[in-house]
Amino acid sequence: MSPQPAMVEVRAVHKSFGPLDVLKGVDLRVAAGEVTVVIGPSGSGKSTLLRTLNHLEKVDSGTVAVDGTLIGYRRSGDRLYELREREILRQRTRIGFVFQDFHLFPHLTVVENLTEAPVSALGRSRKAATATALALLDRVGLADKADAYPRQLSGGQQQRVAIARALALEPKLLLFDEPTSALDPELVGEVLDVIKDLARRGTTMIVVTHEIGFAREVADTVVFMADGRIVEQGPPGQLLDAPREARTRAFLAKVL
Amino acid sequence: MPLTAEPPAATSAPPGADGPETLRVVPVRHPWRWAAVAVTAVLLAQFVHGLATNPAWEWAVFAQYVTAPAVLHAVGTTLRLTAYGTALGFALGIVLAFLRLSASPFLRAVAHGYVWVFRSVPLIVQLLFWFNLAYLYRRIDLGVPFGPGFFSFPTTDLVGAMGAAVLGLALHQAAYAAEIVRGGVLAVDAGQREAAAALGIPRLRQLRRIVLPQAMRAIAPNAANEVISLFKGTSIVSVMAIGELFYQVQVIYGRTGRVVPLLMVATVWYLLLTGALSVLQHHVERHFAKGATR
Repeated sequence: MSPQPAMVEVRAVHKSFGPLDVLKGVDLRVAAGEVTVVIGPSGSGKSTLLRTLNHLEKVDSGTVAVDGTLIGYRRSGDRLYELREREILRQRTRIGFVFQDFHLFPHLTVVENLTEAPVSALGRSRKAATATALALLDRVGLADKADAYPRQLSGGQQQRVAIARALALEPKLLLFDEPTSALDPELVGEVLDVIKDLARRGTTMIVVTHEIGFAREVADTVVFMADGRIVEQGPPGQLLDAPREARTRAFLAKVL
Repeated sequence: MPLTAEPPAATSAPPGADGPETLRVVPVRHPWRWAAVAVTAVLLAQFVHGLATNPAWEWAVFAQYVTAPAVLHAVGTTLRLTAYGTALGFALGIVLAFLRLSASPFLRAVAHGYVWVFRSVPLIVQLLFWFNLAYLYRRIDLGVPFGPGFFSFPTTDLVGAMGAAVLGLALHQAAYAAEIVRGGVLAVDAGQREAAAALGIPRLRQLRRIVLPQAMRAIAPNAANEVISLFKGTSIVSVMAIGELFYQVQVIYGRTGRVVPLLMVATVWYLLLTGALSVLQHHVERHFAKGATR
């Protein structure tokens, strides 16, 4: 067990889409300051699990807590009451989410993409939000693109803007949903470099990815999911080089 | 000349033996296009010649009335009807569009029913209904539903002819506006809404700042069509004896008997103002195209 307090505590989460059981009882604990990389075949439920962590996906049963607070529900006795949308939106400002397809706002400039949520969700002044935004753009190496529109940028640049946009809210936890899967191969590196830099600064992150090399280099813990369950988890050296489970070995044999 | 050339003999010079820089590109000729241009030009010239020389157009009468105070006042009334009809129609249309996108089947069905009814009933029939509202309901009460009323007005005081016209145009317009707005909102990638939600942006702000500006790209051309169509549709209001443009020219030619030049007065005003609306449309579309191109 990690000595640090848990940043994320997932307990017995079930989720189905109609007849399809996507998550079949998932438990996961992520300590503060750790980088957790989730790998597994398509349809194993990795992205769905990630999306339950900020309540983009409701759970059918089980609980998700981030930094000691239940996400999406309020507990009273043995009942969970779903929170109002406004309360859920407030919870999400503490959890950054980076999408596979970036989902930048195309009609806003890069700097407006970064200031929109701090101004409207946290009530920051536009001036302060702009200063933070410019500093973050500098950090992801895009200071000169502040006034560009997203469609004028390459995929890798757009994803770096999307990461800066998530960071603009100063979240306690960052979630990445296959952040490099929509990128041309030569652009993957620049995005991974930004994520590695965040890891070195001690940001708590959960990254769903197919980049095994990245997992080996950056992860504190690698989680292997298959068929709606966590099959095994452990430090990258153990899980990637000496997996205990046959499913893990079979998956790694295909992707390595 | 045969369609397939004989294979060149091994001894013949390769094409462009003089060097490619000496070869000139000859664009393909379009003789029929030129013929069509000539025919169209002749027809157009005939039409313009007819307009200018046929005394029946009575251009002197046209000139006398086109800027007459009564006509200008009527143009103002037409523009007011268009403005109120558009503003109220689109305001109600936006509400209806979001009712149709609501999670409640009841609200969806009500909005759907509204669109069905108001797209089905011809505008002129509907306008006459509103005009006769005072016959259906003599007084309008404000108060508890099915309970006691606190304020009561005679219907004719509240809904005069102009009010009935605006009401009719707006309710008719709302049905079309609802569909246009709904289509525009559906055209915005669901990921945009999701990204805004993931950032914790408040719901109304998501709509106003993220969804609607992008939906406007799809909404603007159709909305412009609707405004222009409503602008001309105001002429139907003439059946209610409201002094808009078409009613006014009818009154004048009823008195003077100069039908054609006065219809021309109305036509020229409709052309000019539709042209102005098209220019406005161009600018609106350009505004909402921000960031759409590289």
